[in-house]
Amino acid sequence: MAVRTVLQQADIQRALTRISHEILESNRGSDDLVLLGIPTRGVMLAERIAGIIGSLEQRDIPVGALDVTMYRDDLDRHPTRTPSPTRVPGAGIDGRTVVLVDDVLYSGRTIRAALDAIGDLGRPRAVRLAVLVDRGHRELPIRADFVGKNLPSAAAERVNVRLAEIDGDDSVAIEGAAVSDTAAAGDGGAA
Amino acid sequence: MTQHLLITAATLPDGTRADLRVQDGAIVETGSGLSADGGRVIDADGLQALPGLVDLHTHLREPGFEQSETVLTGTRAAAAGGFTVVHAMANTLPVQDTAGVVEQVASLGAQHGYATVRPVGAVTVGLGGERLSEIGAMAASRAAVRVFSDDGKCVSDALLMRRALEYVKTFDGVVAQHAQEPRLTEGAQMNEGALSSELGLAGWPAVAEESIIARDVLLAQHVGARLHICHVSTAGSVDIVRWAKARGIDVTAEVTPHHLLLTEQLAATYDPHYKVNPPLRREEDVLALRAALADGTIDIVATDHAPHPVEAKECAWPEAAVGMVGLESALAVVQEAMVETGLLDWSGVARVLSTTPARIGRVTGYDAPLAVGSPANITLVDAAARSDFDVARLHGMSVNSPFLGRSLPGRVMAVVHDGRPTVLDGALLEPAEVTTA
Amino acid sequence: MKHLLSTRDLSRVDAVRILDLAEDMADVATRAVPKLPTLRGKTVANLFFEDSTRTRLSFEAAAKRLSAEVITFSAKGSSVSKGESLKDTAQTIAAMGVDAVVLRHPASGAAATLAGSGWIDAAVVNAGDGTHEHPTQGLLDAYSIRKRLHGAGSRGRDLDGVRVTIVGDIVHSRVARSNVWLLSTLGAEVSLVAPATLLPGSIERWPVTAGHDLDAAIAARPDALMMLRVQAERMTSGFFPNEREYAREWGLSAERFARLGADTMVLHPGPMNRGLEISSAAADSARSVVLEQVTNGVSIRMAVLYLVLSGNDGTDA
Repeated sequence: MAVRTVLQQADIQRALTRISHEILESNRGSDDLVLLGIPTRGVMLAERIAGIIGSLEQRDIPVGALDVTMYRDDLDRHPTRTPSPTRVPGAGIDGRTVVLVDDVLYSGRTIRAALDAIGDLGRPRAVRLAVLVDRGHRELPIRADFVGKNLPSAAAERVNVRLAEIDGDDSVAIEGAAVSDTAAAGDGGAA
Repeated sequence: MTQHLLITAATLPDGTRADLRVQDGAIVETGSGLSADGGRVIDADGLQALPGLVDLHTHLREPGFEQSETVLTGTRAAAAGGFTVVHAMANTLPVQDTAGVVEQVASLGAQHGYATVRPVGAVTVGLGGERLSEIGAMAASRAAVRVFSDDGKCVSDALLMRRALEYVKTFDGVVAQHAQEPRLTEGAQMNEGALSSELGLAGWPAVAEESIIARDVLLAQHVGARLHICHVSTAGSVDIVRWAKARGIDVTAEVTPHHLLLTEQLAATYDPHYKVNPPLRREEDVLALRAALADGTIDIVATDHAPHPVEAKECAWPEAAVGMVGLESALAVVQEAMVETGLLDWSGVARVLSTTPARIGRVTGYDAPLAVGSPANITLVDAAARSDFDVARLHGMSVNSPFLGRSLPGRVMAVVHDGRPTVLDGALLEPAEVTTA
Repeated sequence: MKHLLSTRDLSRVDAVRILDLAEDMADVATRAVPKLPTLRGKTVANLFFEDSTRTRLSFEAAAKRLSAEVITFSAKGSSVSKGESLKDTAQTIAAMGVDAVVLRHPASGAAATLAGSGWIDAAVVNAGDGTHEHPTQGLLDAYSIRKRLHGAGSRGRDLDGVRVTIVGDIVHSRVARSNVWLLSTLGAEVSLVAPATLLPGSIERWPVTAGHDLDAAIAARPDALMMLRVQAERMTSGFFPNEREYAREWGLSAERFARLGADTMVLHPGPMNRGLEISSAAADSARSVVLEQVTNGVSIRMAVLYLVLSGNDGTDA
């Protein structure tokens, strides 16, 4: 099976730095900014971005986790998922700009679910989307505001994001013919 | 009607091989190289010959419950299982507590011809447990009832039981007691023990059976009467019966095939096919029952064939009817539990499934099995066969067998009832071929 | 998980997973919109052959918070009370297109029979079968104990070493059975206190210690004391002489409650017989978990409905 590494550790770092600057620019600063990562790797990316913005702005940026398991529309199509906890920063999201952070943007269904989940948590002023990789193949009218890398891929391929926090190192790789259908059709890091 | 039959090269219960020639309902000649004399020849080479089996405990359900079984369907099941005599229990509707009802049941059996039907008379009127039924009239009737039982209900009143034992003695009969202390078993669902506690099913404690047996053997001793204990199910009951026999008390006891093979563990499935009364017991009870049957403490095997319609078992366990059909599987189960384990040989099988139950029920013609001059009641079994017991083996109206899907040995290949075949080549004959009407 | 029939079948990992999932479900209740779209398009049938308003409402609330449709079929005034069989009722309900059946039935084993029958395809959740099990009650009790002990740090924890004493009519209690299996699976040390008439026979095969003396049990300072309801029908069938004697020997009176360890929590599955098995002093105290049990019951049932209605792992793959 062919494995092609498309982003190394330094590439990922640069991409996240650029995304951080773009977020600040579009938001005109860091006021009322809340980052919500989508488990598992989206949460880690959100924390890294918050760290970069925080050091640029010299302030703590609120970061949370938004689990979307209970909002998915494909309950019967996968093994039962165990949700991760949702953590909303203390001040909430009402009237704030929420930046959703995920590792890979694919069909858009995860983001659709996330938007529903946000709607049940409160009423942000605006919701933006930041992703490390956009691999195309959208099934819904959803696009990312901040993209680390556009990565055209075949549906049969698998984009594998590794992050040092849980995987030991940072990299993004494309693997050839899918190992299994369930893995290829999934969410989050194995999208 | 005269029928000539020649059974060739059958293996007799004692292990020897012989031809058996049957004429006018009786065995007229045994030996080797006998002539067919123009009659039908049944090749029994490799088959085990047994005297026709006698069941002391059968529920034929007619009259009153013909949706479960009739005399015809029940005796067809009996023949398919190798039986030539069944004792039809009294819990019909109307109850078999008068001469009229028992004569009707007996004559239905005689007319269909598959097996001799010996009605069991109720001990008490309507099985009500209050007044003795017309025991004398039933004994004197054309049905010549000799076994009396309120089976399904225990004659729990001690004085009434004493009177029944004494009164039945007058007619050379026997009271067959369903030993179940009623108050100790209110709502009972399965054997009481660790498993019933876990399953939350109300327990049927061994003591409810044993206390009645203990009382009744002492009563039988006191009044000098004969007593038969239905479906003994516990190791403790075996001890009591053994003690009573050692004291010379005239007690006999039966065990069902299912209590020789199945344990309470099956209740954990909550499958009502395993719900029966008395309930399936522990492994140690099963082993004690086998040992008791082998050493003669328990005299006979009786099926307690209890047909129920499908809907009576398609429900939650506590709501299900109690009982299992057993006629068609009895011999196979006895072979599995007793012969394959080395506890009983084939002459022992003949003893527990034919000669002794016939003696207890005062059925004539079974005291000299397979001998010249005896009525020709013969069952031929392919003991070497083994197969999964399936619904095609059931010939009664109901299919509530706990043995479906279980691998069992033996196959009934031919049955001769009073000189006339009811089963040939492993297949049950059609009613028109069997009827005597 | 295809069905939930008993707590006996649950491994520790399974059990902790359900409790953790219930934590997530509990969080939902605190949100602006206390409802999830998860089971949109699914239909849950509450099939109650025996009255239990509390359990039925709890399952209904759970299903509705997950956006499932709910059909309720109760004993009173329905064909159930006219003798319709479990099979016919279940098939009728199934013909309306249900994904899960929540079954309360007076017969032990009814849920197992329905799940194993092939009469219907739906998932079966046992909401109490005779004197057998009431698994969601066991789960909500375990959840409530864990929550009291560990609060926000409950996730992922079992009940290793937690000492739970269950008092009352053990032999007829499906709540007791579900708790005994589940709590011991989770590592708790379970002890039972009851008169001998209300303890199961062969109790030595259960993973518990058993005794008759409530005062001794209280002196042993358990972490949790669970008082079982005395059913009205037991009071007249000779299991104990009368209510007064029961209350004196096995009731959590105000006086006994005062002797209870300061950190011993008190549970009761409800509805309570105040003055019989539990005094108001105990039921209404800060150590009482009774109302939390009700709240937590909804979270547990949400978790269970989610698990039986999601996924294609397990036997139905």
